Amino acid sequence: MKHTKFMTAAIGLAFVGAFAVNAQAADMPKFTIVNDTIPASLTGKPGDAANGRKVAIDRKKGNCLACHVMPIPEQQFHGHVGPDLHGVAKRYDEATLRMRVVDPKVLNEDTMMPSFFTTGQHRVTKKFEGKTILGAQEVEDVIAYLKTLM
Amino acid sequence: MNFKTIITTIAVLGTGITLAACQMDAYQAPNPNGSELWSGYKTATAETRAMQDDDFANPGMPMVDSAAALYNKKDGEANMSCADCHGAVDDPKGGSKGLPMKGVSARYPVYDADTKKPINVELRINKCRTKYQKAKEYKYESDAMLGMTGLIALQSRGIPMMSTADNPSDELNAAWKAGEAFYYERRGQLNMSCKHCHEDHQGELIRAEVLSQGQSNGFPTYRLKWSKLGSLHRRFRGCNGNIRAEPYGYGSDEYLNLETYLAWRGRGLPMEGPSVRK
Ligand code: HEC
Ligand code: HEC
Ligand code: HEC
Repeated sequence: MKHTKFMTAAIGLAFVGAFAVNAQAADMPKFTIVNDTIPASLTGKPGDAANGRKVAIDRKKGNCLACHVMPIPEQQFHGHVGPDLHGVAKRYDEATLRMRVVDPKVLNEDTMMPSFFTTGQHRVTKKFEGKTILGAQEVEDVIAYLKTLM
Repeated sequence: MNFKTIITTIAVLGTGITLAACQMDAYQAPNPNGSELWSGYKTATAETRAMQDDDFANPGMPMVDSAAALYNKKDGEANMSCADCHGAVDDPKGGSKGLPMKGVSARYPVYDADTKKPINVELRINKCRTKYQKAKEYKYESDAMLGMTGLIALQSRGIPMMSTADNPSDELNAAWKAGEAFYYERRGQLNMSCKHCHEDHQGELIRAEVLSQGQSNGFPTYRLKWSKLGSLHRRFRGCNGNIRAEPYGYGSDEYLNLETYLAWRGRGLPMEGPSVRK
């Protein structure tokens, strides 16, 4: 399957390239990757950690609980597919966390974690075609929340 | 009936048979399942397992019973029943034509020389309906079709799935290859392939669900969520839709290829349809 994986990665990169060139388009995700991190805020505005927590819980938005144990005790059934996110801000700086949420395939091309701020995936349903999973400000809110997990 | 003991015995037997087959086969693709081959039964809830273990508690059975009546009923312009050609559904000799239902589901999909494509049990039933009974096809996800595939699956209970479609000389090899490519291809807004859930993270919790190997040996399956029997292709559509990928059609080439590939991934697993799942 090496071949298939390589193709997927190549297509993925092509899309990241396309975003950079096509920066004018209104709903195209725009971000600049520097050494596998995204240092600049996607919106230029500070994130709202309280809303970020809500986005992380919401099954139709971040749905992070599907795969991660998090310090969100009022919610039952946290998934175990990814690492426990307790103390994640001690392990990663903001720019790395932003990269991780925007497009984790840059960090690990084979990851199961969705890219929350890219488009161009194969065979997306009409309803979500051309749309990112989270909006730019929602990503910033999630980052602000993750930064509280010390 | 002590279904569990039978299953375990046959599982052990089945592994033996598979191992023997491996040694004889010239070509053998590596096993992608990991160190152990297991059915979704293993991680199903105690509640659904108990239902599956007892045919009287299995909520899929009433539909199967209705299909048993259909099986013996004359139909179509030919005015013939399935039993007229195949004998009683549990006749190991398969009537005058020597085509028993026993073992069919464990062997399918097979290659159909007419279409040059895989044919699964659903399409095979419809082929007999149109070609021999001169009757109308059953709709793919209709009660009649689900009951009939359940009835036929029941005749394969405990028989290990067998597929040699990975062998380049097998007529299904092209379909197997296409199915494999589908299995590993990312899709949907969440951009995952089957392998991310059912290979890489098998046995792990995704929210409240334990991910199984996504094997096909239990179909048709009674899902409490559906509150009825459902086909393998319905499950495919669900697993596609959950990651916001546009599903393919019931009986589509894509799903027939995928079904062919899954039958190979599950080779050696005893059949347990109609199974019960959350
Ligand atoms: C479908 C499962 C899935 C979902 C949903 C998911 N993740 Fe992940 N995540 C993973 C996996 C698996 C890893 C492990 C690393 C890898 O695969 O690259 C991971 C790793 C991470 C890491 C790095 C943790 C570490 O200690 O290395 C962070 C941070 C993270 N995820 C945040 C999030 C956030 C925030 C969300 C929701 C917006 C989210 N994840 C949703 C599967 C998921
Ligand atoms: C986001 C994770 C995810 C992906 C991706 C996924 N599935 Fe599933 N699948 C599940 C869950 C959850 C279940 C129910 C629990 C279980 O059996 O794993 C399931 C169940 C199944 C079952 C029923 C197993 C049984 O024992 O009844 C089959 C078959 C299956 N999936 C096949 C597939 C195929 C084929 C693909 C790729 C087209 C796929 N799945 C993609 C999560 C996923
Ligand atoms: C007039 C005779 C006739 C009738 C009626 C008939 N079949 Fe068949 N069936 C056959 C023949 C002959 C085959 C072998 C394949 C072929 O020649 O098309 C077959 C093949 C099959 C197979 C595949 C067996 C295998 O080992 O691959 C299944 C399953 C099947 N039939 C189910 C049914 C069902 C269910 C019905 C009733 C809805 C039915 N058939 C009605 C003659 C019949």
